[in-house]
Amino acid sequence: METTRKLIRKQSLEKLYAHLSGSRKIYAPVTAANKQVDYKYNPPYAEVASDHIRSTLSVKNIVFPKVENLFLFTNNRTESTITDIELFKIPEVVLWGAHPCDTAAFDVLRSIFCWDTKDEFFSQRVEKLTVIGFACHKSDDYCFCTSTGLSPDSSKGSDILLSRLQNGDYVADIITEKGNAILDSCPGLFEAAPDEKPVITEVKVKFSHEQVTAKLANAFEHPFWIENSLRCIGCGACAYVCPTCACFDIQDETKGKNGKRYRSWDSCGFGLFTLHTSGHNPRQVQSQRWRQRIMHKFSYMPDRNESLGCVGCGRCSSGCPVDMNISEQLEALQNI
Amino acid sequence: MSENIYKPYLMEIVNIVEETPDVRTFRLKFKNNEEAEKFSFKAGQFGEYSVFGEGESTFCVASSPTRKGYIECTFRKAGRVTNSLANLEIGDTVGFRGPYGNTFPIEEWEGKNLLYIAGGIALPPMRCVIWNTIDLREKYKDITIVYGARTVSDLVYKDELKEWEDRPDIKLITTVDPGGQTPEWRGEIGFVPMVLEKVAPSSDNTVAILCGPPVMIKFTMPVLKKLGFKDKDIYTTLENRMKCGFGKCGRCNVGKVFVCKDGPVFSYEQILELPEEY
Repeated sequence: METTRKLIRKQSLEKLYAHLSGSRKIYAPVTAANKQVDYKYNPPYAEVASDHIRSTLSVKNIVFPKVENLFLFTNNRTESTITDIELFKIPEVVLWGAHPCDTAAFDVLRSIFCWDTKDEFFSQRVEKLTVIGFACHKSDDYCFCTSTGLSPDSSKGSDILLSRLQNGDYVADIITEKGNAILDSCPGLFEAAPDEKPVITEVKVKFSHEQVTAKLANAFEHPFWIENSLRCIGCGACAYVCPTCACFDIQDETKGKNGKRYRSWDSCGFGLFTLHTSGHNPRQVQSQRWRQRIMHKFSYMPDRNESLGCVGCGRCSSGCPVDMNISEQLEALQNI
Repeated sequence: MSENIYKPYLMEIVNIVEETPDVRTFRLKFKNNEEAEKFSFKAGQFGEYSVFGEGESTFCVASSPTRKGYIECTFRKAGRVTNSLANLEIGDTVGFRGPYGNTFPIEEWEGKNLLYIAGGIALPPMRCVIWNTIDLREKYKDITIVYGARTVSDLVYKDELKEWEDRPDIKLITTVDPGGQTPEWRGEIGFVPMVLEKVAPSSDNTVAILCGPPVMIKFTMPVLKKLGFKDKDIYTTLENRMKCGFGKCGRCNVGKVFVCKDGPVFSYEQILELPEEY
């Protein structure tokens, strides 16, 4: 679809929000008392954040929930039964206010969940999702989207991308048919776009991801991994805040004879992640796990999933309790 | 609506064999006939077996695809799921998802000698391909099986070992570790690599299929090389911890290779290309 640009005035934006939340669930960022920004369902418009750089968690849980039931069961030994999850009941959701790094991450997740066997849990959620992305007018030193092939105004993953003008109005780029459907449902809120350029932050390019990928092909045994992971405490925070980390665990939970099998977020940073029952562990030490994390995103995924496993949101670095900065490490890696 | 790829088939346990004090073989039948008819697999593939409420565990299908109407799995009581499985009885229900992974290239092996080498609990992942090739006996030349365990009581599939031993078209060599023998033991005494060296099967027009604990593989490889086997003619099946079985959950990979998708069967030539992460 050809992109069309419209103008939406500041006061119309609230009307658009009200219009969208009238018919669907809306998932939008809210600033908490501690200044952290987190996404919530159906917050009042007055509470919706629009000046934040990044939310604490990414928005991936909207398509890949932290914990998701795969099916329910009753275990009567000889007469056990399974009840399917009714995926058609997944509600229509509008994601509002996500930045381009987070919206671009949906394609990365698709490259994992649908690269071979199609995962319907993921696919159905994506199908029911409409994304109103907001281009970034602010950034900080943790941001490195431009080093991963994206930009602060990338429309990847958005159905409509809003970019702020100097006076607080927005230009709205209508990217997809879903976006077009919104435009058609409330044409009165949109006007002809002015010629003016929106305010977009500048994010410095820190490294070439192509060069990192090329270097990693022969870096498995490099001392880099030990030197650069000595302080890693294996807490897994980087994976939990990451918009593209998709590794998961599968577990059962029961109450009496009834139970559910669910999947939940997991992290390659945990020692238990690869531990065999025999006690053998292919990734025994933290440096091997750190290597897996970087290799997976910047070497294995480009090769196997035809996508880069990173969108440069900077959360893994800003959220790391021991200040391991991934963009600094990637910068160093391209020169090893 | 498409299928739920995480939903297992419901299977009934129709037979249980106590192989050793801590190893069981289950024969499983599909509870749903339609599913049974649609189901097919090939030698080398694996599945996720589950006890509802305890979770899933990964093992190869241990029966041959030439034996229709059921699948079998052999497991050792080791963790939460396998201990729960071991507590089940005939008539109980388990879950099974699969088959997943690649297969032994048995069509490529036609017209060749086959040398199977297994240690301990590693005979089960090889039993499927052994029976598959025995059931297509005329397609292969000599079939030799070298199987060792720590003690006589640790040998699995004792009835089948007897059957293979009695067949004139199969050469079976069984061995137990020194000290693991009983007064009645008539097989070899010694570790698998040493017994293999003593038996010294020819590498001429022969494929070796090797499966066992890492220490056995480590000492068997030099023997195979000495006998003249080429890396491309040696096959094994790898294990790594898995959850999904289809390349999404992110834990079985060895470098960029998914054991669940690209394996579990690898030639030694392929193994040498992998980083040491298995």
